[in-house]
Amino acid sequence: MSAREEVLSRVRQALGADRTAPEEVVRDYRLTDGRPAGDPALLELLVERVEDYRATVLRCAPAEVGATVRAALDQGLGSGWSAGDVVVAPGLAEDWRPAGCDVDDDRPAVQLADRAASVTAVAVAVAETGTLVLDGSPACGRRALSLLPDCLVCVVTADQVVGSVPEGLARLDPLRPLTMVSGPSATSDIELQRVEGVHGPRTLLVVLAG
Amino acid sequence: MTATVPPKAPTFLGLPTAPRGVGHLRGDQSFPDAARGALRDGQLRANLGHATSTIRGKRAKVVDELPDWAQLREAGRALKTATMARLDDHLEELERQVTARGGVVHWARDANEANEIVTRLVQATGTSEVVKVKSMATQEIGLNEALEAAGLDVFETDLAELIVQLGEDKPSHILVPAIHKNRAEIREIFARTIPGVDPDLTDDPRQLAMAARTHLRERFLRARVAVSGANFAVAETGTLTVVESEGNGRMCLTLPETLITVMGIEKVVPTWRDLEVFLQLLPRSSTGERMNPYTSTWAGVTPGDGPQEFHLVLLDNGRTAVLADEVGREALHCIRCSACLNVCPVYERAGGHSYGSVYPGPIGAVLSPMLTGVEDNASLPFASSLCGACYDVCPVAIDIPSILVHLRAEHVEAQERPTAEAVAFRGLAKVMSHPRLWHLAQRASRLGRLIARGRPTLPNALPPPVSGWTRSRDLPTPPKETFVESWVREHGS
Repeated sequence: MSAREEVLSRVRQALGADRTAPEEVVRDYRLTDGRPAGDPALLELLVERVEDYRATVLRCAPAEVGATVRAALDQGLGSGWSAGDVVVAPGLAEDWRPAGCDVDDDRPAVQLADRAASVTAVAVAVAETGTLVLDGSPACGRRALSLLPDCLVCVVTADQVVGSVPEGLARLDPLRPLTMVSGPSATSDIELQRVEGVHGPRTLLVVLAG
Repeated sequence: MTATVPPKAPTFLGLPTAPRGVGHLRGDQSFPDAARGALRDGQLRANLGHATSTIRGKRAKVVDELPDWAQLREAGRALKTATMARLDDHLEELERQVTARGGVVHWARDANEANEIVTRLVQATGTSEVVKVKSMATQEIGLNEALEAAGLDVFETDLAELIVQLGEDKPSHILVPAIHKNRAEIREIFARTIPGVDPDLTDDPRQLAMAARTHLRERFLRARVAVSGANFAVAETGTLTVVESEGNGRMCLTLPETLITVMGIEKVVPTWRDLEVFLQLLPRSSTGERMNPYTSTWAGVTPGDGPQEFHLVLLDNGRTAVLADEVGREALHCIRCSACLNVCPVYERAGGHSYGSVYPGPIGAVLSPMLTGVEDNASLPFASSLCGACYDVCPVAIDIPSILVHLRAEHVEAQERPTAEAVAFRGLAKVMSHPRLWHLAQRASRLGRLIARGRPTLPNALPPPVSGWTRSRDLPTPPKETFVESWVREHGS
């Protein structure tokens, strides 16, 4: 018998011939936050929760994203940065990009480690947990893009901000490679005290438009 | 392991438990013997006391924040119960979906088979270095030792796992394997073992984390093979999930050409939607955060993004034997958050190493004996005061105290000769069912007052077999008069 057949047959033996029917799962927890996506109170909550992870949020009007991304890079890299330090997702809106910046292509992923900062969009943001989700789409970029540069700038638009985890997951495609980001990389491995900044980006800046 | 141990591990209802001689589910000592040493280690107790009280406070704060925690917890319990009732169907569906998206699924009956599969897969890539994401399943099966025996270099990349690996130590906590070490001890390990580390390294946690970042950065960038575990696997979509904090997981899941994920068969969940429950329960119970910094999900292979070769190894290693136990199968619902460790008065004092298994604390005290067969971990079901704190905090409501009692009964029934305790209780039963004998015995017990010499408890250095009871329990000095005597004195008969 193959290992596959044997493990499956063990499962069947363990459960017995008269196995009980699966019990019904009652989903009486909060399925929605009650406020629509982009509600001003949700934006406030997102800012509070993201900042609680010691990330920085810059708010702006939808037309000011490009300037605010540059301001975010000033904060993250210091004002002396040049366009060549920054790599952006290939599908990032043209007017959000710093002029002359590097655009990710099909180079080997490890080469992205040479860049100081990256800029991406997000697929959805969950206010209650301060979570941004990147879904590998052209605007969010491949996973290595938001991982290797030490400073990550994510642009969130108001309509992407939902209240709760169930609402966030419902908007995502589980077949895409997803990365849920809640603050900069961190560890609690030394005396269970949180230290921000280990292997992932040590600086996370969020541009919230709207 | 001694030479007298029979070669085959026992079975439960004919289902094989985790084999002996491989992996880390069995200790060299019984729990009380191992704990005695740990209890004398003042530094260890201070480290554990500090760390567990910190995390308890954080967890309580973020759990209280959710108005529907009780409903989420009940949904988590029900989801796990429903999943186990159709585990075979979900595993087959998971295999179909992962395969359809370019992954390769392997099945492993036990630790030896899983280690062989992973070793073979790594060797096939032609590389000699493996980077690893922290994973309980690979700790359980002793994968690092197997890979090293095959001449491969294994690098743990989680900070706490790195501390354990560099210190040639053993993990002592599910979430924070180096919880038993404080910052000064970690600084000493890094200064001694990391080549080229800054000699002025202090014990500031931030500096220590940066030293780990520098040490591992090059390894991540050149790694060609990574091995991970999985927190969840969604059957309907073939989506694997790893929940982490540092970004070492993302490095391993993203940069190498080949990814090998080893996952216990109980980690499958039926639908994507089920993660809306578990991704709320796990981070809050585990690190006490609203959400962990990074959660990665992937389904098979994505062209142009991440590893282009993906292998999923589905591991039994005693899990089907646990599933066969109608009372104990609930232990398979565990999502490895470690909340039960952090609230356990026994864990807080004895530490994780005393349990002898990679699964310490209350959940380990039920899971380890069931995976190995109770007689191979016979002391663990007794390593609890049955206070129930573990049940209260468990995010999927595993009734650990009831399973502990169930396993104690199983151990007692497995004894061929009556133990001293069994003889004593049989005697006590006889005495308690005869009023005259009972009053006589109570009066006789007053002799204990002579031994106590005015102290509130009897000395714990009593001769055997009584010492078997008193070495881990205080026996109060018998009172001057019994309750009945006091009643008669005060109220008349």
